[in-house]
Amino acid sequence: MNFPILSSLILLPSIGAIFIFFSKSKDKKNISSKYISLFVSLVNLILSIYLWFSFDNTTHDFQFVEERKWLIGFVNYKVGVDGISILFIILTTFITSLCIFSVNNTVKSRPKDFLIAILLMESFMIGVFCSLDLLIFYLFFEGGLIPMFLIIGIWGGDRRVYSAFKFFLYTLLGSVLMLVAIIFIYWQTGTTDITQLYSIGIDAKYQNLLWLAFFSSFAVKTPMWPVHTWLPDAHVEAPTAGSVLLAAILLKMAGYGFIRFSIGLFPLASEYFTTFVFFLSLIAIVYTSLVALMQEDMKKLIAYSSVAHMGYVTLGIFTFTQQGLQGSLYQMISHGLVSAALFLSVGVIYERMHTRLIRNYGGIVTIMPKFAVLLMIFALASLGLPGTSGFIGEFLVLIAAFEKNILVAAIACLGVILGAAYMLWLYRRVIFGEIKNNELKKMLDLNRSEVFILASLALPILYFGFYPDPILKTVNISVENLISNYELAINNEIVKK
Amino acid sequence: MQFGFLVVFLPLLGSLISGFLGKFISTRFIEIFTSILISISAIIACLIFYDVIINSYSENILLFRWISSGTFNVNWSINIDSLSALMFVVITLVSSLVHIYSIGYMSDDPHKPRFMSYLSLFTFSMLVLVSSDNFLQLFFGWEGVGLCSYLLIGFWFKKETANAAAIKAFIVNRVGDFGLALGIFLIFYLFGSVNYQDVFSEVPNYISNEISVIGLKFNTINLICIFLFIGAMGKSAQIFLHTWLPDAMEGPTPVSALIHAATMVTAGVFLVVRCSPIYEYSELALNLITIVGISTAFFAATVALVQNDIKKIIAYSTCSQLGYMFFAAGVGAYNVAMFHLFTHAFFKALLFLGAGSVIHSFQNEQNIEYMGGVWKKLPYTWLLMVIGTLALTGFPFLSGFYSKDAILEFAYLKGSSIGYLAAGFGVLTAVMTSIYSWRLLFKTFHGSFKNTKLNFNSMHESPMIMIIPLIILSLGAIFSGIIFKEILIGPSSSTDFWKNSIFFKEPLSQDHPPTWFLFITPILVTIIIPISYYIFVKKTYILKLIVETNYPVFKFFKNKWYFDDLYDFLFVKGCKKLGLYFWKKIDIRLIDKFGPDGISSLVKLCSLLAVKFQSGFIYQYAFIMLIGFSVLLTFLILY
Repeated sequence: MNFPILSSLILLPSIGAIFIFFSKSKDKKNISSKYISLFVSLVNLILSIYLWFSFDNTTHDFQFVEERKWLIGFVNYKVGVDGISILFIILTTFITSLCIFSVNNTVKSRPKDFLIAILLMESFMIGVFCSLDLLIFYLFFEGGLIPMFLIIGIWGGDRRVYSAFKFFLYTLLGSVLMLVAIIFIYWQTGTTDITQLYSIGIDAKYQNLLWLAFFSSFAVKTPMWPVHTWLPDAHVEAPTAGSVLLAAILLKMAGYGFIRFSIGLFPLASEYFTTFVFFLSLIAIVYTSLVALMQEDMKKLIAYSSVAHMGYVTLGIFTFTQQGLQGSLYQMISHGLVSAALFLSVGVIYERMHTRLIRNYGGIVTIMPKFAVLLMIFALASLGLPGTSGFIGEFLVLIAAFEKNILVAAIACLGVILGAAYMLWLYRRVIFGEIKNNELKKMLDLNRSEVFILASLALPILYFGFYPDPILKTVNISVENLISNYELAINNEIVKK
Repeated sequence: MQFGFLVVFLPLLGSLISGFLGKFISTRFIEIFTSILISISAIIACLIFYDVIINSYSENILLFRWISSGTFNVNWSINIDSLSALMFVVITLVSSLVHIYSIGYMSDDPHKPRFMSYLSLFTFSMLVLVSSDNFLQLFFGWEGVGLCSYLLIGFWFKKETANAAAIKAFIVNRVGDFGLALGIFLIFYLFGSVNYQDVFSEVPNYISNEISVIGLKFNTINLICIFLFIGAMGKSAQIFLHTWLPDAMEGPTPVSALIHAATMVTAGVFLVVRCSPIYEYSELALNLITIVGISTAFFAATVALVQNDIKKIIAYSTCSQLGYMFFAAGVGAYNVAMFHLFTHAFFKALLFLGAGSVIHSFQNEQNIEYMGGVWKKLPYTWLLMVIGTLALTGFPFLSGFYSKDAILEFAYLKGSSIGYLAAGFGVLTAVMTSIYSWRLLFKTFHGSFKNTKLNFNSMHESPMIMIIPLIILSLGAIFSGIIFKEILIGPSSSTDFWKNSIFFKEPLSQDHPPTWFLFITPILVTIIIPISYYIFVKKTYILKLIVETNYPVFKFFKNKWYFDDLYDFLFVKGCKKLGLYFWKKIDIRLIDKFGPDGISSLVKLCSLLAVKFQSGFIYQYAFIMLIGFSVLLTFLILY
């Protein structure tokens, strides 16, 4: 493979951003910059799908690896994908394309800069999912926060500064510890190359501390209870496209990090902290579901439901079983699609009514039947109905959790009931009933591009609910390898003792 | 093999076409088209059933792989054996009649394509449920029918009560599904598979397997059975998880007939019967099922005695009859449970659709206190309702007579104290069934016309398109018992018909209970008819007297044993309060206050102090830089 496909994926959006920066648009609507960004993101999408097709899912080795010297002798730029990361790359390119497509007149001020921010973010995200060097990963991981910070801070709502600040404070705090840990690992082993680190392994006596350092960063971004409170605020203030990117992709970086680094690099510590993670996951599932039930703001409700859904992800990862990890990965992809769809749906009615409060709606099924149907699909996927992608991940995670501990699975299962409660209640209050707010009558049903955006999310949600094989097959070997490595490490440790 | 495929997928085709193309094609075409598709499906189902009876046909059609993760493998399939073939007939037959009936009943509704689409989708999901060869596909169908039930209960989306009832139905069912899901997890945990074949053949090897939960040891098979039964309780509206069913009557009446009487609510019974190879090894779970069954039968009957809403009475009656089915399964007479399910589908659908015809004539009046005296005006409906009532109460030689008596017989023959208890309560409940059924019939059709809004002379019979399905159902209500008795519950039924689909650890008793026991129920329910007429129509003051003397009991029954109030207080209000507490107190007051807000105010404080450093004098800055630089340098050199 001579063509540097991964680097192209990373660089293309940035190059597009530069073009937009220098493009002089005569019209005020910035048509040209929108077309440039749309073009770039679509090319990226096609490239990533091509990547998926030419990906060999019978081996767990990293593929399409590129390595270049950088910071001579210290850090190498190294990228590559395996079954776990490739799906996230496609999710990123897909969601970003949709986001750019959805950005129209909603962003009033400086639309050009908004598109640049989104494209830069795409670069960083893809970088996160394919970097094979700890330091490179860290740079992308943290770099991705800057455009997000700007998106919330510049194009956000009334309390945007507070939210952006909260977002930054939380995420930075965790990251600093991770950076320290990365430097420490370099001192210990003399490399930050992940594949080498996998084979060298990290000394058992340092694992727990290093694990905690990484955990502090990932836990904030997942987000796990109790460091989740930045998420609802960030979502509420972020513009629609920002929320979508945040929920669909940014949150997945942490789950990916858990799998790639926490389990891969620190198997012993991961084993040691399992109970702790289970505990936090269960709180996330039950506690935030209950909180979601009482929300008055649609975006907040969905944000809290995201926390609950990510609870399943962390629960599944730390079962260290085939079903658990595959379930978690599936849940992340599914949540990426579903949460994106839900935030876009909220965006649709927000654009028309300029309110996110649930009580201002009601009865809009008569005015917006198409919207009602699509939102129903997303709500059902969110509550994990079989036949939607939401079910497969949740079910696999729960089945894996059950093998580890029945009580844990039983408590996590409660989330399934609560999930139905808050989703259906939301749906009922927004969509059904009589129209009480007369202003609602002015709303128009979805236009063509909105139907296109939402339908292109609904289709994969349903398709992967009935036929999850493409995703499960892609991750299968890589997950198997991960687990066997993990088990090997644990067994070696037992033998040593 | 294509036939089984057609039975399942024709309804889906109908649903998709009416759902997506409903706006572009004429409504008339949609309703006829979906009805025809389901009817074809019903005819094929009957043929398959015939084939099963005559040639012992059975087949497992594998469609494709659904989920494969490690050792967890699940397929989509259509598994046809005696049990699923019987369910096919019940589902498609009632469904096709309900489709046709709806053409008349829903004629004024602007959303008919949507209605037809949901009905067909429901039929598809139910067929997927019964034709599964593994627990996960069953779960898919299980949730699918739950969804359709939700959509159909809330079909009239402007009615707040309907919306509330829809959500209630879905969530209470989810509580049941919680149990079912845990049951499936445990099955996978124990057997390493969720396919019926693999699981059922392995059960005998795991009888004494134990599992510890929070330090307590449980027999795993018992635990599996109880978990699965919790799922069954939710779907089949057994006591404690029954509260959604009466509320579900907010949906259109054809829905009540199809989903909340004939098919979906029987899924729980089906599950227990399907899992007979597991249940046969769990004495504890079977006893639990028997007890829950009789409790539900008795409880629902008492509530039905005093309700005034025509549909709610029938809903509680359904609840009660489902209880009968469960205790039949609980005493090991799975085939009898299925037989009662089969006959019940006919007469209960008949009663519901008949009630729908009454409601239609009374222009959406559902309170039987405002009806009466119209039996001559609605002759067909009246006659058909009488047939349904006779069949339900177990009047000799109608379908309910055979199935209900068989249940009581087997309960009696069980010989254990629980068996006798079940038989005793069964007879008592049968008497109450008779009372509330005749109360409904007499109050609706006889006595004086008590509706003030409508003119008696303008009352008229429903259109033929509604009556014809009723006639077909009434044939089933009359003859299904006598025709299928031998095949389904005869002495050789388990070897000739059921074969592998139901497992009996010990063959069912071939004895007969004493003659007095055989005669007691039919005699009692027959005597009740004139007595009810006397009390409810002729001398209503007797009734008032009874109510007044037993007022606390009456009130207790009238308020449905206060289940709804209790649940509302415990769960609905409890969850809301807890959610609010977590949000306002812990998230905002605790985490935010000491987390980010705390840090930012700390930083502010520090920066106020730091301001003092920024004096503006260049020499101070240079000095600090120098210090910093030298510290760094020393550090680097020493290291």
